[in-house]
Amino acid sequence: MNKELRRISTVVLLMFVALFVSTSIIQVFSSDTLKADSRNTRTRIDSYSAERGPILVDGKVIAESTPSDDIYKFQRVYSQPKLYAPVTGYFTQNQLNPGIEGALNDYLSGTANAQFLDNLTSIVTGQDPKGAAVELTLDPAVQKAAYDALGSNRGAVVAIEPKTGKILAMVSKPSFDPNTLAVHDNASFFSTYDKLTADPNTPLINRAIAGDLYAPGSVFKVLMASAAIDSGKFTKDSAFPNPAQLPLAESTSTISNSTGATCGPGKTATIATALRLSCNTIFAQVGTGLGESTIADYAQRFGFGEKLEIPLAVTPSVYPSGLDAPQLQLTSFGQGSDRVTPLQIAMLSSTVANDGVLMKPNLVESITTPDLKPIQSFNPEVWKTPISESTAATMTALMVDDVANGAASNARISGVEVAGKTGTAENGEGEPYTLWFTGFAPANDPKVAVAVVVENGGGQGQDSFGNAIAAPIGKSVIEAVLNK
Amino acid sequence: MPSRSNSDTAQQIPIDAGPRANFTESIRIKLRVPARLRNLELLLLLLAFVIDAGAVALVQFGALGGIHTSIFYLLAALGILILVLHFVLRVVATNADPLILPIITVLNGLGIAMIYRLDLARGVDKMQGDGERQIIWTALAIVLALLVIVVIRNHRVLQRYRYVAMFSGIVLLLLPMIPHLGHTINGARLWIRIFDFTFQPGELGKIALAIFFAGYLVTARDSLSMVGTKVLGMTLPRARDLGPILVVFAASMAVLIFQKDLGTSLLYFGLFLVMIYVATGRASWIVLGLGMFAVGALVANQLLSYVNGRITGWLDAFSPEYYDKEGGSFQLVQGLFGLAHGGIIGTGLGSGRPDLTPLASSDYIISALGEELGLVGLFAILALYLLFVSRGFRIGFAGQDDFGRLLAVGLSFVIALQVFIVIGGVTRVIPLTGLTTPFLAAGGSSLVANWIIAALLLRLSDSVRSQPRAVIE
Repeated sequence: MNKELRRISTVVLLMFVALFVSTSIIQVFSSDTLKADSRNTRTRIDSYSAERGPILVDGKVIAESTPSDDIYKFQRVYSQPKLYAPVTGYFTQNQLNPGIEGALNDYLSGTANAQFLDNLTSIVTGQDPKGAAVELTLDPAVQKAAYDALGSNRGAVVAIEPKTGKILAMVSKPSFDPNTLAVHDNASFFSTYDKLTADPNTPLINRAIAGDLYAPGSVFKVLMASAAIDSGKFTKDSAFPNPAQLPLAESTSTISNSTGATCGPGKTATIATALRLSCNTIFAQVGTGLGESTIADYAQRFGFGEKLEIPLAVTPSVYPSGLDAPQLQLTSFGQGSDRVTPLQIAMLSSTVANDGVLMKPNLVESITTPDLKPIQSFNPEVWKTPISESTAATMTALMVDDVANGAASNARISGVEVAGKTGTAENGEGEPYTLWFTGFAPANDPKVAVAVVVENGGGQGQDSFGNAIAAPIGKSVIEAVLNK
Repeated sequence: MPSRSNSDTAQQIPIDAGPRANFTESIRIKLRVPARLRNLELLLLLLAFVIDAGAVALVQFGALGGIHTSIFYLLAALGILILVLHFVLRVVATNADPLILPIITVLNGLGIAMIYRLDLARGVDKMQGDGERQIIWTALAIVLALLVIVVIRNHRVLQRYRYVAMFSGIVLLLLPMIPHLGHTINGARLWIRIFDFTFQPGELGKIALAIFFAGYLVTARDSLSMVGTKVLGMTLPRARDLGPILVVFAASMAVLIFQKDLGTSLLYFGLFLVMIYVATGRASWIVLGLGMFAVGALVANQLLSYVNGRITGWLDAFSPEYYDKEGGSFQLVQGLFGLAHGGIIGTGLGSGRPDLTPLASSDYIISALGEELGLVGLFAILALYLLFVSRGFRIGFAGQDDFGRLLAVGLSFVIALQVFIVIGGVTRVIPLTGLTTPFLAAGGSSLVANWIIAALLLRLSDSVRSQPRAVIE
C-alpha cells in the first residue's frame, strides 16, 4: 500500500506544481500582456486612480491631475487648453490617448520600468504611487506668438532650435479644448468626440506632424537646390534655358512661373536666381538633370519616408517613386505627389541653418519623478547629416538673398539677416492654394528654424501666395525667439 | 520516549474506548502524552489568529481607511470556539496532528477576510453581507467538527457503517434532483432548498462516499486485486467486482448530466480511482476508470452544450466571440486580469479591484486573493493546502489499520483534487468547473463538509500517534 501511496503523493505533488507554475505564468510572465488587454478595466481604473504626473512648459503646469470625488480619484485639467492641445493631447478613459498623454503614458501614470523601484518604495512606505512630471521643450512666448500670428487660419507652425533639435513651438489650428474630452463619463466623452471628428476643419488632427500632409510647393526647392549643389552635379551658378513656358514632357501642357514670365531677364537663369525668384521652369529642368534616384536619396537624407518619434509619432513625408518624365518635373518644384508635414519642412531649414547637420527633433526636455529625481533628460542628438557644411553655407546665402532681394520679402526683420523660402502649392483646379514659409534667423548664428503652413489660401482662395500670408507669420515667430 | 518534566499532564485513559473496553478494564496503561504537540498547536493557533485578524484589519484600512470594531467581536467568538476545540482535543485526541487545526484556521480566516472585503466593495452593510454569513457558517462547522471528534472516539466504528455511508452518499448526491426540493443556482442544480435555506448536499456526500470506499475496499481488496482475466497484459476485474465502480460511475455521470456539474463528478470519480488504486495496487483500475471517464467526457462534450462551452471557453478564452458570449469566458478572463493586476506582491488587501470579477467570493476567491496578496500570497496558500494534504497522507503512511489509512488518504486526496480542480480552472490549467475552494470560498455546505473532513483527519492522526507510545504500567 505504501508504494501506491508514494505514487499518489507524486501525483498530488505534480498537481500542486502545475498550480505553482500556472499562477507564476499569469502573475509574472504574462502579466504585462494581460494588463495591456483593452478589456482590462483594472488597468484603466489604475491609470485614473494614480496621481498622474503633470506636463510642464518652462516650469509652468499646462496639464495636471486634481482630486475628484468619483471612483477615479483624479481629474485631468488643462490650463491654456487650446494653445497646447495638439501637443498634450487629452487623457481619456476608453480611447487611445493622443499627444504626450498617450506617447508618455507609462511615465505620466508611473508604470514605466524606470519607476518600478520608486513604486515599490511607495508601496512599502504606504504612499500612493505617483506619475512622473514631463517638461516640454516648448517656449511659451514662441508658442503664443505662433498661435496668435496664425490667427483664424487653418494651418500649422513648427519652430525648431537648429543646434539642438528642441521644438520651441508646435501649433495646429483649429485647436480644441482637451478638458471637454478628459471626462470620466463615457457618454459625455463620445458626444464631444463625435462632434469634433465630424467637424470638417478636423480640429483633433495635429497638422504639424500628422493628418493628410500637404503639397509643399516651392518650399520643396530648398531640398532640390541642396541636392543639386551637394550632389556635385550642379553649382548655384549652373545655368538653364529660360523660356517663359517650359513644355511639360510627353504632353501638350506647359510649366510656367507664378509671374507668368521668364525667370529674370536673360536667355538662361542660374539655380541661385531660380531659388530667389522661385522659378518652376528652372527647377523642372534641375529635376530632370538630377534624376529621380538622386532626389529620392536626398529626400531620405532629410528624413522623408523615415519613422520619427518626437516622442509623438510623426507621419513620414513622401517623395514619390517610379516617376515618369512629366511627374519628375512636377515633383521637382513641390507639386505632383510630393507630400510633407510642416515639421519636415522646418527640418529642411534647420539642416541648412545647422551647417548641414539635422538634429533629431524633440519635444521633451526632461522627465522627473515626483521627488524631482530626473529619470530622463534631453540630450541633443544628431539624427542625420543630409548635406555638407559648404552646401549649407551656399544654401544659407541663397535663402538670405531670397528674403533680402527675392520672393520672401515679407519675412524681413530690420537688423537681422533672415534666411527664408516661401511656397504657394496648388491643389488642383479651382482649389485654394496652400501657403508656405520656411526659414531661419539670424543667418550667421541661427537661433530658430521655422515652418508655417496656411491652408485654404488663407481664406483668399487662389488670390494669395506664401509671401503675403505665411511669411509674416514666420517673421512673428522668429521675432518672438530673437526678442527673448 | 524520554521522560519529560511535563509528565504531570499524563492521563489515565482506557486502552480501548470502544464497546469492548470491559475486557481490558483491569489493565490500565499510562500514556506519556506529548503535551508539546498540543502546546505547539496552541502556539500556531495564536499565530493563525494574528494572521486572520491582521488580514481583516488590513481589509478595513484598505477599503474603509480605518478600523471598525464590530466584525472583530464576531471573529473573537470564532476564535473562542476554535480554542474550545483545541482544549477538547487536549482531552479526547491528545496526540492529534498539531498542524491541521492552525492551517484551516488561517485559510478559513483569510476566506472570511476576502468575503468581507468584497462585501465592503459592494457597499453591503454589516450583518447583511456574505462575510457575516460565512462567520456564522464557520461557527456551525466548528461545532459539527467538535461533535465528530467527541462522538467518534474510534474511527474503526465507521467501517461497520460502510453501506449506510454508500446509501446516504448516493442519496445526498441525488437529492437536488428531487422536484421542488432541488434548487438551481447559476445553471447548476446542486442545491436543495428548504424554506429560505439552501444547502449543497453533494459536499457531505463526498465524505460519506470516502467512508464507503475505504470500508468496502478494505474488505473486497483481495478479490479485486487477485481475481480476474488477463487481457492485453492487464488483469481485468470480474463483472461482479465491477459492480460498485459501475454504480459510482453512473452516479457521477448522473451528476454531470442532470446537475450540470463537471467538477463534482470529476471529484467523485478521482476519489474512487485513487482509493481503489491504493487499496489494490492495480494500475488497470486507473486505466479502466480514466478510460471510462474520458469516454464519458467526450460524449458529454458532443452532447451537452454547457460542457462544450466550458472547453472552448478554456482553450479560446481571449477570443472576442467566447468572451462576449452568454456564459462564455468573460468571468475567466476577468479572473486572469485580476491575477495579473496583483503581480508578484499584490495590490494589498482592500486596495485591488477583485469585485470586478463576477462571483469573486465563491468560485473566484482564489483570483481575488491572488490580486490582493499577489503571487507570494497564492504560493503561501497553496503551500498551506499542500501541507494539509501531506499531513493526511502521513496518516496513510504511518497508520496502524488499513481502513484508517485508506480513509485518511481518500479524505486528503479529495481536498487536494478539489484545490486542483478549482485553482486549475481559474488559472487555465484545466477547463473551468464549478467547485468551491476548500475553507476559503463562501458557502456553508462546503465549510461544514471540509471541517468534518478535518475533524476526521484529526481523529485518525490521534490513533497513529498514540499507539507506539503506549506503555503498560
